[in-house]
Amino acid sequence: MLAQFLQFLFSGLTVGATYALAALGFTLIYNASNVINFAQGEFIMLGGMLAVFFTQLGLPLPVALLLAIVVPAMIGVLLEKLAIEPVKGAETVTLIIITIGASLVIRGLIQVWLGKGTHSLPAFSGDAPIALLGATLLPQSLWVLGVTAIVVLALWYFFNRTLQGKAMLATSFNRVAAELVGINTSWVLFMSFAMSAALGALGGILVAPITMTSYDVGIMLGLKGFVAAVVGGLGNGLGAVLGGLLVGILEAMGAGYISSAYKDAIPFVLILFMLFFMPRGLFGSKSTDRV
Amino acid sequence: MKDCFLLVRRVLGSVKMIALALATSIGVAHAQESIRIGSILSVTGPASFLGEPELKTLQLYVEKINSQGGVLGRKLELIHYDDAGDSSKANNFVKRLIESDKVDLIVGGSTTGTTMSAAPLVEKAGIPFISLAGGVVIVEPVKKWLFKTPGSDRYSIERIMDDMKKKGITKVGLMTETSGLGQSSRVEAQKAAPKYGITFVSEESYGPKDTDMTPQLTRIRNASGVQAVAVFGFGQGPAIVTKNYAQLGMPYPLYHTHGVASDEFIHIAGKSSEGVRMSSPALLVVNELSNNDPQKAVLAAYRDEYKARYKEYPSTFGGYAYDGLMIAIEAIKKSKDTNKEKVRDAIENTKGHIGTSGVVNMSTTDHMGLDIGSFRLLEIKQGKFTLAR
Amino acid sequence: MKRSVYLGLYVVIAILLILPFVLPNSFYMDLAIRMAINAIIVLGLNLLIGFAGQISMGHAGFLGIGAYASAVLPTHFGWHPLLAMGAGVVVTGLLAAVLARPIFKLKGHYLAMATLGLGIIINIILRNEAALTGGPDGMSVPPLGLLGFDLTSDKHWYWVVALLLSVSVWASLNLIDSPFGRALRALHGSEVASQVAGVDVVRYKVAIFVISAVFASLMGSVTAHYVGFVTPNFADFFHSIELVTMVVIGGMASVYGSLVGAVLLTALPQALSSLEGWETVAFGAILMACMIFMPRGLVPTLAAKFGRGN
Repeated sequence: MLAQFLQFLFSGLTVGATYALAALGFTLIYNASNVINFAQGEFIMLGGMLAVFFTQLGLPLPVALLLAIVVPAMIGVLLEKLAIEPVKGAETVTLIIITIGASLVIRGLIQVWLGKGTHSLPAFSGDAPIALLGATLLPQSLWVLGVTAIVVLALWYFFNRTLQGKAMLATSFNRVAAELVGINTSWVLFMSFAMSAALGALGGILVAPITMTSYDVGIMLGLKGFVAAVVGGLGNGLGAVLGGLLVGILEAMGAGYISSAYKDAIPFVLILFMLFFMPRGLFGSKSTDRV
Repeated sequence: MKDCFLLVRRVLGSVKMIALALATSIGVAHAQESIRIGSILSVTGPASFLGEPELKTLQLYVEKINSQGGVLGRKLELIHYDDAGDSSKANNFVKRLIESDKVDLIVGGSTTGTTMSAAPLVEKAGIPFISLAGGVVIVEPVKKWLFKTPGSDRYSIERIMDDMKKKGITKVGLMTETSGLGQSSRVEAQKAAPKYGITFVSEESYGPKDTDMTPQLTRIRNASGVQAVAVFGFGQGPAIVTKNYAQLGMPYPLYHTHGVASDEFIHIAGKSSEGVRMSSPALLVVNELSNNDPQKAVLAAYRDEYKARYKEYPSTFGGYAYDGLMIAIEAIKKSKDTNKEKVRDAIENTKGHIGTSGVVNMSTTDHMGLDIGSFRLLEIKQGKFTLAR
Repeated sequence: MKRSVYLGLYVVIAILLILPFVLPNSFYMDLAIRMAINAIIVLGLNLLIGFAGQISMGHAGFLGIGAYASAVLPTHFGWHPLLAMGAGVVVTGLLAAVLARPIFKLKGHYLAMATLGLGIIINIILRNEAALTGGPDGMSVPPLGLLGFDLTSDKHWYWVVALLLSVSVWASLNLIDSPFGRALRALHGSEVASQVAGVDVVRYKVAIFVISAVFASLMGSVTAHYVGFVTPNFADFFHSIELVTMVVIGGMASVYGSLVGAVLLTALPQALSSLEGWETVAFGAILMACMIFMPRGLVPTLAAKFGRGN
């Protein structure tokens, strides 16, 4: 019984960590610009696919991984400059369509350039499963969870203890006020897209050895990341991480204990219920609307 | 003023459509002499595993045949659309092929779903359609204009059940994909199971894009008495199941069906594919066939030509397309015409045609012409497909 | 001196009348019919998104309910297709009414998420209940019989759909200029202000959600009978996004914008199909370009350009 529960838990935590990174990406961009970036999932895909590409070119693994994080970050910045800045102030729906268009362009280009096949990355420290209290865990899962934890801690430090991080937070609370005190909000926007893309790419790289990667993994991952971000309360970093883990665990438990056919529906059903009772998500702040 | 402008807009829209139509008809006029072969394939989307090699095969051989003078002195022209695995897109494109592109026949339909969505159109329009999908429902009951080249899912499943019976396995766990292939395979498996003395003690399902199936496999492992696990799916899903299977250290034999009969499976599943048994057309083990095997020459030639052009081993799905094209061409040659009725009759009378799935013998009651012999039992040893002993 | 509001409608009717004689073959007729069907759905959705300012990212789910009602009830239960269509409408209406209240307490992205979740759940159910729905491969739909006469020919369907479209445009124009429509637009402008002015905000939100859902269900049934085949993809997330895109690109809160959006985005995949492999990139690029250069949508932007000048 315990072994079974643990197995589901491990499975849920691993995939949940990826959702958490995706959700953090959504949150960062949302805080800086009020935009929901539907291309976030594609950054995750880019991380995995570019890592495969660079490794196949013969580059040593650490270099390939670094490039696979830096390049999506640059693409994220490109997206911000070309597609988001020109339409500042447009309606929410318009921005959603733009980012959807961007996700199609990125996905389409990778499809043409790198093909439609499925690829795998070698696991960072081998793939001999670790037995733990009757359940098995892949070493790569430990990497996923470990790196995610480090990233979350680093981000917490960045936002709470460094000047730049505080500047970004200030912008998310009130853009005009931030500009008035001398914060360069364009820079904040630029950084948020770069960081968000890098986070997504990192998630993609970490999880590629377990789940494989292909040109279209971004769609579902992005969607579930968005769900996680909303569950946690849009705009709240801790909420995003917890939301991601929660969605992952719910999925795994759903598949394990209830019905594997309906496992994809379970997170959405629970989220609907949650939103009905907690309309701002787990940690969303109460907001007031100016009338 | 807004309305004036709108009027202009709408007129422009109509003009655009007319221009498009004229352009298409001019295209038709130019190509009057060529034999037009239409195709809808799932080149992108969840079934791209199937559609891509199918398209590559069709393109390769249309080119080759044209370079050798074509058929009946006329060039072949391949008009293809990508339905992305979506049945309503398929329905739409088949309409376009029939009405707008005016093709002579259609070789395509990577999945049963896309094929069946096109079936009513094809029957109504009276145009031969050779499907590349494996669903039994395509040819049972027989439809006048619909044929298919892969062996039916039923035979593929019976092939692995036959092996299970030989090994004395009676209790099996099932991992079924929620895709059309997975679900129809499950139905066929349940029908065939009693014949081989097999019962399914555990049935789980997974989605084609899922990335972790350990929960479902854990449930199967906990089912009492399970002696083997069978996976019904295609593409990358079964490969991930296989990886998870190895991770969990499941001790029983693992079986797959022809939905993953290609090198990509081994490539994705890696070491975990060791010992996996699979039903598959003989293409993957050409070298092991005896020289007396009627299929050997055809298979070896296809493999060599595909490899020379695309630098990779062909998959069995490409083989289905090869068979479809060759049967169509043979029929056109036999009827010395592209008249749809005549070609249809000729296809129906295909006898002794050696294809990648086996020797094809069609009839008025059998629009596939293959039996369980179209699937061999393979085993993966050290990263390669071999004939199972 | 005000031009008749209906001038645009007369233009649309004129085009609909001429079109069958201009189109070269039945494939183009099919395309026109699909455009008209999408236009009607988008009109309903635009009322919700454009005029009332709400979001629905799961609208294809309602299409699916209508389509599968028309497929499953006659096939498995022997219902008459018209009755099945009605059942679809009723089920959709009830579902929308029941869910509207809790959903519309949410705002912005939370609302988007809830409607998205709804659409996905419907899609998953359709996919899984294979015994009833035929699963991912779909099922065929019996033809629609009207007054003892089976609708199967393209030409007949064209006239049915053209009639429906004309009626829908007329109804939308009237709705927008009615007290109901004005309440909706007030709602969009400011919920609190309209509440202060006496508008029962909740009731209107529910009403418009139900109306747009019912439009969708009806057209889902029509599509099912017309194509003769229905698959769960019809009710999936991408289709929902496609519909929202048609609203936004054509022009939110613009009746004629809905028509333009539907026409363009139905034709676009066909036009791009020759681009072998580049369709996704091209589609995405076109979407981005349209939204960046014309954020209010085609019709409002162009109308502003040409309108002011005169």
